[in-house]
Amino acid sequence: MTDLSHLPGRATDRLRPVGRTTGEPVARPRRRFRLPFSPWHLLLAPLALLFAVPLIWLGLSSVMSDAEINRFPPALWPSGIHLGGYRFVLGNAMFPRWFANSLIVSAVAVVSNLLLGTLGGYAFARMRFGGSRVLLVLMLATMAIPFQLTMIPTFLVMRKLGLVDTLGALIVPSLVTPFAVFLLRQFFLSLPRELEEAAWIDGCSRLRVLFQIVVPLSRPALSTVAVLTFLTTWNDLSWPLIALNHDANYTLQLGLTTFRGQHHTQWSAVMAGNVITVLPVLLAFLAAQKTFVRSITSTGLKG
Amino acid sequence: MSRLPTPITRPAPRTPAGSARRRGRREAATAWAFVLPSVLVILGLSVVPVLWSLLLSFQYSDLLTPSVWVGWDNYRQLADDPQFAQAVRNTLVYTALYVPLSIGLGLALALVLNRRIRFSGLYRTLLFVPFVVSAAAQGVLFSFILDPEFGAANALLHRLGLSPQGFLSDPAQALLVLVAISLWSGTGFCVVIYLAALQDVPRELIEAATLDGAERRHVLRHVTLPTIAPVSVFLLLWQTISALQVFDLVYVTTKGGPLGSTTVIVYFVWEQAFRNFTAGYGAAAAYVLGVALLVVAAGLRLVRRRDDRRLKGATS
Repeated sequence: MTDLSHLPGRATDRLRPVGRTTGEPVARPRRRFRLPFSPWHLLLAPLALLFAVPLIWLGLSSVMSDAEINRFPPALWPSGIHLGGYRFVLGNAMFPRWFANSLIVSAVAVVSNLLLGTLGGYAFARMRFGGSRVLLVLMLATMAIPFQLTMIPTFLVMRKLGLVDTLGALIVPSLVTPFAVFLLRQFFLSLPRELEEAAWIDGCSRLRVLFQIVVPLSRPALSTVAVLTFLTTWNDLSWPLIALNHDANYTLQLGLTTFRGQHHTQWSAVMAGNVITVLPVLLAFLAAQKTFVRSITSTGLKG
Repeated sequence: MSRLPTPITRPAPRTPAGSARRRGRREAATAWAFVLPSVLVILGLSVVPVLWSLLLSFQYSDLLTPSVWVGWDNYRQLADDPQFAQAVRNTLVYTALYVPLSIGLGLALALVLNRRIRFSGLYRTLLFVPFVVSAAAQGVLFSFILDPEFGAANALLHRLGLSPQGFLSDPAQALLVLVAISLWSGTGFCVVIYLAALQDVPRELIEAATLDGAERRHVLRHVTLPTIAPVSVFLLLWQTISALQVFDLVYVTTKGGPLGSTTVIVYFVWEQAFRNFTAGYGAAAAYVLGVALLVVAAGLRLVRRRDDRRLKGATS
């Protein structure tokens, strides 16, 4: 904020605490020369616009005609909505396939992370078995292993399993992540034990207790796992790049990178493909924004 | 529940100790059934590959024919490889620029957005959205915007009367442009994390400091920043690790070029293993990076522990 301390005002006004977001509104003394809005907007608005412009340009260019894109300087606003790019992309033999492949891999990953993560997380949170502590620590430690250390041998493992160049090679490693197990374990630990104990003592099996009592209470944690799993599998490029050879098996992300080379002149088609690639995560993010931001900030990140 | 008549064949009541033990054993069996799929996938696809990778790094392997044990040769060769040296240099430059800039910018924006300000939710969303866009999509989008001939960026420069730039096709600029793209997508993450941390700064501390006559910058320096220090350490660690591992964006935009100016370590590893079919050599390079990451993490752990102790000392 510009320094207003020279203006008349109560002393306490200058000492207004920073970092406040909650709490009661502060009765501000009137000042004489005040902007009708906070001066911070002069900094924030252009910056936010700068962050938004590439994505806006992505949307705009995907509905431009190629003539508009290819002339120099390119048109900054489409003359109308030209769907040629989208028509080209969706009529392309491969593109819908890539989309389906991405969707299959992500959907399997989400479902399986929820299921296996729930089972594993519950066992670690509530059940006693030999070696559970060591196992948990070991699983957590694997989160620190960088991808490039495992990528070559994982490829070899997949080849041994006969999965290279199939969607299986993408599905198997993403079936369950230590993150899902750990996050759900933490959440289950926070639930009151008594709820389950009553049912358990009445003779319910662990599995029934888990799916009839614990799971319905765990919607926030489960949706966090679902959203983050979807985001990472949908967006992954490096592993599909290594594991797949034939373009019929490509995912959307991988297809997009080859698409550019093939249709170098047809930028509207490339941008239309890009919009279709970005849209699902964008929608998922906007739909689950609250959960998403909370999950990012709360999943063990805050020390 | 209505009571059923006791059947005549009812088994003799078990001793409590025996039944508890049996129940414990059954419980353990169920627990193992629950965790086994996760354990197989997670440990099977991390511990095995990590050890395998270590073995590979001492071998000559093209991923097809049986590999040959070569001892430290791969590592020795790496030490003399100018391309690897360049990859290390590029990775370090990228990290040294990206990490402090993203954290600094993130902190500044979070401090501003943490004030009672209108539209702060909208601003936060706009800053964060690029973070969910995949590196592939980012790469394709920015190759388009920054295309030296047809791109919108040069068109804009042209309108402003500035000379056109080469951007990703200019060896002197490419790495910097990649840093800029990463800042576009990665700053929002820091903002969100810092915003969450700022919510946790105890109001009483700030109010006490203000009552004691501290000015705003003093509060920031002596109350806010120390309280969010653990988050800063976390971000430092997180951003450094992701910067040292950058790959997707490079693959999509420049493929390591022009003239190797954007070849980073992971790209080098990938190229060796899957393009040149010298997997052992690639594995050795990966191990060099892995050890570097370990050192970073361990170093920050130490710093963090020391800070924790200091903080504890200050409050007790």
